[in-house]
Amino acid sequence: MTTLIDMRPAGSAPEPDDAPRPIRRSLSLADRVFRGSTTGIGAVVLVVIAAVGVFLGLQLVPTLHHYGLHFFTEHQWNPQLNILGISAVLIGTVEVAIIAILFSFPLALLTALYISEYAPSWLRASLVAMVDLMAAIPSIIYGVWGYFLINPHALYLSRWINEYLGWIPLFHVQGGDPRAAIFTPSAYGQSPFIAGMVVSMMVIPLACAVMLGVFQQAPISEREGAYALGSTRSGMIRTVVLPFGRGGIVGGTMLALGRALGETVAVLLILSPVFDIKLRPLENGGITTASLIANYSGDATSGQLSALLAAGFVLFAMTIVVNTLAAMIVTRSRSGAQTEI
Amino acid sequence: MSAFASTDQPDVRRTGSPDVQPAGTSQAAGDSSDRPRAVTARTSDYWLTLAGSLIGSLGLVWLLYEEILPFSGWIGFVASWYVAYLAMFAIVTAIVHKPLIVVDRLWAAIITGAAGIVGLALVSTVGYTVIRGSAAVHHLNFFTQSESSANPQTAPLTQGGIKNAIFGSLIELGIATAVSLPLGIGTAVYMVEVGGRFARVVRTVVEAMTALPDILAGLFIYTFLILALGVQKSGFAAGMALSVMMLPIIARSADVALRVVPGGLREASLALGATQWRTVWRVVLPTQRAGLATAVILGMARAVGETAPVLITSGASTFLTFNPFSNPMNSLPLYIFTAVRSPNPKFIERGFAAGIVLLAMVLILFGAARFLSRQKVGRR
Repeated sequence: MTTLIDMRPAGSAPEPDDAPRPIRRSLSLADRVFRGSTTGIGAVVLVVIAAVGVFLGLQLVPTLHHYGLHFFTEHQWNPQLNILGISAVLIGTVEVAIIAILFSFPLALLTALYISEYAPSWLRASLVAMVDLMAAIPSIIYGVWGYFLINPHALYLSRWINEYLGWIPLFHVQGGDPRAAIFTPSAYGQSPFIAGMVVSMMVIPLACAVMLGVFQQAPISEREGAYALGSTRSGMIRTVVLPFGRGGIVGGTMLALGRALGETVAVLLILSPVFDIKLRPLENGGITTASLIANYSGDATSGQLSALLAAGFVLFAMTIVVNTLAAMIVTRSRSGAQTEI
Repeated sequence: MSAFASTDQPDVRRTGSPDVQPAGTSQAAGDSSDRPRAVTARTSDYWLTLAGSLIGSLGLVWLLYEEILPFSGWIGFVASWYVAYLAMFAIVTAIVHKPLIVVDRLWAAIITGAAGIVGLALVSTVGYTVIRGSAAVHHLNFFTQSESSANPQTAPLTQGGIKNAIFGSLIELGIATAVSLPLGIGTAVYMVEVGGRFARVVRTVVEAMTALPDILAGLFIYTFLILALGVQKSGFAAGMALSVMMLPIIARSADVALRVVPGGLREASLALGATQWRTVWRVVLPTQRAGLATAVILGMARAVGETAPVLITSGASTFLTFNPFSNPMNSLPLYIFTAVRSPNPKFIERGFAAGIVLLAMVLILFGAARFLSRQKVGRR
């Protein structure tokens, strides 16, 4: 008694020389080596990458053992007195990243809209290349540009905001009276505001490229449909392109946020390190996690080093969460693998 | 009102030219007699309103800003000019047209202005570096001598150079590429061709790690290789830090490149009796050779400019060294970082000149990637 089911049509007689060749499920030796070695490479990469996270995460144990939970609430980072805490650092990190997003979100969105909807078609390919090029420019170049060119000019913008909106605590600047007889530029320069402004230039191409990708996929029939109903171009953008690209807009912005959280060199160059919890972004001084690590890892004792690694782990956790969310949102809005012959 | 149809119609590019949007133009491309009528997007009414508003707002803002109100500074001037231009443009349009068109034109002006700001930022970034660095970069000794041959703080620009930093960058980049190229592409092949549940785990982790802040890659190598294993601060350590950065980038873009290889090609090869290994080696990888090269080169362009990982892993030497294992090694980003932080204007100038060299390296890599990716389109 067999369990095979005869799939042939009932009428056809079985022909003796048309028997199916035997199909082996086992792979050939070459394929087994191939699959084994690529799986090995994948495993190695997974181990290396996961090691970074685990290695950083493990440092939380000695850090918390040594500094206690005050590590999260203490705002000073004073290696001489061995008082280390990351509350000011974390707040500074988020502050700079949020300022960067406030600048980069509208600029990236509008630039993506310009390239996909308004730019003449002969110019469009070059503009897309420019966005890619902007993403490829090293962050040290942006940092130097921000330090030497933006900082001396942007502090007047800070003073202007402080002059008219200084009564709001957020825009207050200590030691920088805009109506003082002698203007003190140092009170306004090298502030989280300016650092965030420069970081925004670095994350704009990232967000812009993601948004551009989804805008260009907006279905042509719906665009034409909107025009056929008498819509203007801005009306078409509002009713077709933006709703279609919502996932890309949110996802691209979050990708930019993830990058802004971890930006090191530009912030290190521009922001003068001050370890206070202060929500006055226009005022000189501040600190972020990445610039803290770059500043202090060189001459740290082993206990302080594990504290730095723990701070790095907190940063790592923040960027991972932001980026995973962003990736989920972007992939949900469009699928990558579509091409089939 | 006919102005509605004539002024603000979209131009015909969406349905007209097949080279722009291949997806929606399949019918139009094949039939040459059925060309869409040419709709001029802009009328003279539009251009005159635009020019009039630009000039009028310039004059108004000039009068108010420079002569009457107590303001100064060209940034504030340009900003007020733009705002006044938007207002004037809207008002002049509203005299003739419906509110719908006023809104449309206003949005167009705002969007174009924002794109202009971003373009200006890009141009000023590159331009400022080139202008500030041009004094030092055109001396030949800048490329043929090392830092050790003259003190960069005091020596004139005709002495000393950055040969050691250039070679240091190239060596570190070479090490990073040698490590991450086989691992990255191997991982991509595994994720696409072998697949399975474990591959999905690998893909999730790789995608998450593209977000790894660059400083953490350096910190990991610093504590693991240098402190725990006792490797010196050296070019090798810096190269490893860069490869930790590069690996997820290469793996991810190679994954995207391999995923668009048509499944039909694979099946055809397998149906001809090829093993999976031969299919990958002879069909899948050659099909996406350009895409894979682009992935690697873009990873290299990213790595060559990374400062933060190098900052804490390589150390800095002022002399030329080709041994990445035993000596500290300088590199271009690190040199720039040291130079611009010094109070000495000569040294800062040298830093900007090194910035030009670094930008040129990135541009060459970027251009190579563009060239290769364009070839891919041409061959299809």
